[in-house]
Amino acid sequence: MCAEELDFIEKYDLLGCIQCGRCTGGCPVATRTPLRVRGFMYDGLNEERLEELSEKPEIWDCTTCFTCAARCPKGLEPLEVLIGLRSLLIEEGKVQPTVRDALESIFKDGNPWGSPRSKRMDWAADLDVKILEPEDEEKTDVMLYICCTDAYDPRVMKVAQALVKVLKAANVDFGLIGEEESCCGSEVRRLGEEGLFEMCDEENVEMMNSYNVGSIVAISPHCYNTLKKEYHGLKHPVLHYTELVAQLLEDGKLTLNTEMKKLITYHDPCFLGKQNDIYDEPRYILTRIPGAEYKDFDRCRERSLCCEGGGGKMWVETESKEERLAEIRVDDAKEMGAEVIAVACPFCLLTLEDATKVKGVDEEMRVADILELLAEAL
Amino acid sequence: MNGKPRIGVYVCHCGTNIAGTVDVEEVVRFAQTIPDVTVARNYSYMCSDPGQALIVDDIEKMGLNRVVVASCSPRMHELTFRKTLNGAGLNPYFLEMANIREQCSWVHEDSIAATEKSKRIIEAAVVKARRLEALDQKEVDVEPATLIIGAGIAGIQAALDIADAGFKVYLVEKSPTVGGHMAQLDKTFPTLDCSACILTPKMVDVANHPNIELMTYSKVEDISGYVGNFDIKVRKKTRYVDVSKCTGCGDCASACRQAGRFANEFDEGMGMRGAIYLPFPQAVPAKYTVDKESCLFLSKGKCGETPKCLEACQPKAINFELEDEIVDFKVGTIIVATGFDVFDATLKPEYAYGVYDNVVTALEFERMVNASGPTGGKVVMLERGKKKKKKKEGEEEEAPKVPESVTFIQCVGSRDKSVGNEYCSRVCCMYTAKLAHLVRDKAPDAEVTVFYMDVRAFGKGFEEFYDRVRREGVRYIRGNPSEIYRKNGKLIVRAEDTLTSTPLEHETDMVVLSVGLCPRTDTRDVIDLLKLSQSSDLFYLEAHPKLRPVDTASDGVYLAGVCQGPKDIPDAVAQAKGAASAAMIPMASGKVKVEAQTSIVDETTCRGCGFCVEVCPYTAIELVEINRMGWHVKAARVNEALCKGCGACAAACLSGSIQQRSFKDLQLLPQIQALGVK
Repeated sequence: MCAEELDFIEKYDLLGCIQCGRCTGGCPVATRTPLRVRGFMYDGLNEERLEELSEKPEIWDCTTCFTCAARCPKGLEPLEVLIGLRSLLIEEGKVQPTVRDALESIFKDGNPWGSPRSKRMDWAADLDVKILEPEDEEKTDVMLYICCTDAYDPRVMKVAQALVKVLKAANVDFGLIGEEESCCGSEVRRLGEEGLFEMCDEENVEMMNSYNVGSIVAISPHCYNTLKKEYHGLKHPVLHYTELVAQLLEDGKLTLNTEMKKLITYHDPCFLGKQNDIYDEPRYILTRIPGAEYKDFDRCRERSLCCEGGGGKMWVETESKEERLAEIRVDDAKEMGAEVIAVACPFCLLTLEDATKVKGVDEEMRVADILELLAEAL
Repeated sequence: MNGKPRIGVYVCHCGTNIAGTVDVEEVVRFAQTIPDVTVARNYSYMCSDPGQALIVDDIEKMGLNRVVVASCSPRMHELTFRKTLNGAGLNPYFLEMANIREQCSWVHEDSIAATEKSKRIIEAAVVKARRLEALDQKEVDVEPATLIIGAGIAGIQAALDIADAGFKVYLVEKSPTVGGHMAQLDKTFPTLDCSACILTPKMVDVANHPNIELMTYSKVEDISGYVGNFDIKVRKKTRYVDVSKCTGCGDCASACRQAGRFANEFDEGMGMRGAIYLPFPQAVPAKYTVDKESCLFLSKGKCGETPKCLEACQPKAINFELEDEIVDFKVGTIIVATGFDVFDATLKPEYAYGVYDNVVTALEFERMVNASGPTGGKVVMLERGKKKKKKKEGEEEEAPKVPESVTFIQCVGSRDKSVGNEYCSRVCCMYTAKLAHLVRDKAPDAEVTVFYMDVRAFGKGFEEFYDRVRREGVRYIRGNPSEIYRKNGKLIVRAEDTLTSTPLEHETDMVVLSVGLCPRTDTRDVIDLLKLSQSSDLFYLEAHPKLRPVDTASDGVYLAGVCQGPKDIPDAVAQAKGAASAAMIPMASGKVKVEAQTSIVDETTCRGCGFCVEVCPYTAIELVEINRMGWHVKAARVNEALCKGCGACAAACLSGSIQQRSFKDLQLLPQIQALGVK
């Protein structure tokens, strides 16, 4: 066994796997794609097969939702093996054009959407928001970290705008980074581009540490997870906006006065729930909207179903004849009579909203971020 | 011991354990050159008969007065060689062990360096041996009685064995009845004996045995003393029922205004009871108990005009004025048989236990298949938390639905780091097979599936039983399920058939979670009482995993049953018999030797600060008033019967007034110096 491949086995502790099958058993995409992650845990032990394994198209079906790791009785993280295999491929430059373009765009403009850095603040043009200055002597309570998708996607930028509206209503002292803000690299790491992720980590930590702020509030659970758990040396505490808003409501600093007579359900984002155990705050917020009725999905919290938006899936299409998980989610919501599917993640917003259109229910069923509902309920 | 030290050094090969790394010949050549060493030898196994004979022979022929054995840890063989010295007429405390195995050969690969290190360790041991003193081992009388905590099958069996041998037993049980978890079971694997049929006679025996004093609904509150002489304090909680008058007729329970309103603990909450209740029909003692929390009169101060139970009780046994009783007694030995809790299935939220009515734990299912259980032994679909509709006149009660398929999930809470339980619970594979068999028996039309990751059928008759259950049509699928959800009124078990790499969405009516065995949630209470240790799985730690499986580090305290680690009924009974036998050894001999390497206080220099009192884990030190040249001052005094020789006081003493025998400064410091520490 050569050192590199021994590293592969050790890195992912493949020898610790007992082949119980909980990873594949819980894998949300195993029902609609050929991905069998347990098989990779087993086949990865054969050093001669790593290249062949990395060329299997199903390694791109993984949404990195983390269910396999959460369920593993031995504390292993099978999804990381798939990311490791993606890395092997990327190192050799064998990568889909869509992925290549996204990565290049991050390297060049700090976002995966192929848009110039100069347009990063367009979403906030009319909002009169404080842009933070590095090394400012005066401390600002909250630095908002706006996800690239919130900054550039015309649909999702409404969520960021709603956040600004809500925080202003609660008199929160906050500011934005502005055009200097760059992609967190969460998707970069999950697409297997380790080197570029290291760069995101180093540059962002240095940039963020140069600001005098009390905490960083991330709008996307993907950014939140990366800032909180994958960055090295970040000195500010990191919160997801649901944590901040729940606290504002509890402290009476934010009051909701406009009724919304709807049956609302909530879709747990994997990166908020399964990966960071934030289940209660979103529900706390939604159950405080006047007039609204709240009902959980049958598959909720730790058993929630992935929307298939993460793990680089925005740039890699899964070929399958089976229904998309987001469509199943919309069916389930319809069956329970929900009028609104609330989300707390830009990817969930896009995948689920798309699914309502595919299912032809977009007229009667709304997909909205919690922030949008809050802004309307003020 | 007078005269010049004459020291023998014996270097053990321990097969290749030591000799494979350390050059024992070279070490012996070196030892021969250390001053005061009369003889140095090496031998393949010093602990063997001929090895020990070498030492005896040299003591007799060469007049050795000190012995250094260079081998393993003193934990392993110090006692062995002390006996060797004693047999040759030498005080056993003239032995010094030089550990060149655990502390040298096992942890080093470089042979030359390991040989040099062995020399240092041995030279230091010789230096200390020169300064050893003879110690007297004192004996104390043993109270011929045993306290047994916990009256499950292990506690019951140990109590019966000891009582039958003629010793007194105090059997203390926390709940209102004896029997423990075994009393909850229907059949036992692999023989399918009826659990109650084999257990109930033993339950009755412990209640009637002239040598057993049974205290149910009681709690040990304090234990002090030492092997042979433990002082015990027990709180007998009041049942608000005079047990001498209660006939167990049950009139009170049927009369109780709260009848059927509370979850019966014995039925795992599936059956209901009132405020006054008997946990199950065969409970021992067959005396009713009022649960303070659920009784209207005791919790609210009012139960109608008069409590109905008072009116119903013919022998007038119920008395709300009764109070807890404190009982003190003395015992010589103690057996801990406190059992286990089953794994809390809500800690695996992916299985939705507590969310779906028909996801049940194996112990709940066990109550269901039990003829005296809440469904009368029928396997039926559950509607939990739903209030029963009042029956209209002449209306037939709707028969509960029988599940068309029952699915078992093994290893729930076992072999699972994510919940902190790395161990295998050892009983689930077989009880799952047994329950699967019972479903075939009681609901023959139901499909039965078992999801497993390995089947561990290691005991007598286990593999044969597993074969039988498979042939009865129970389908075993290799793959541990990951998630349960509900679709179209059915439960969907998500898993992978790992033998064919097929993801499954297995549809079923009822899921039984084969929950593992865990240390009790009140484990700490007993640790605080008895200073027990825990192994990494948090069960109580035995003194030695192979050779002292029922002993603990505390003399006179023994373990029986699952409190030491998961085991099935035959193993629990075997261990209980072992613990009973161990507990009877000091009682049969009537005397025990107490630790000789105890601490001594120099009262002339002790400042009476009391720091030693604080650090002593055995409450063996107290501050006493002494007369020092006319001044009344405080000084520490060691109770040698309680002192275990741990050395904490000696290390903590600020004025150097406490020394531990065999580990005095004058013995230890030269030894450390000889190791090259300046």
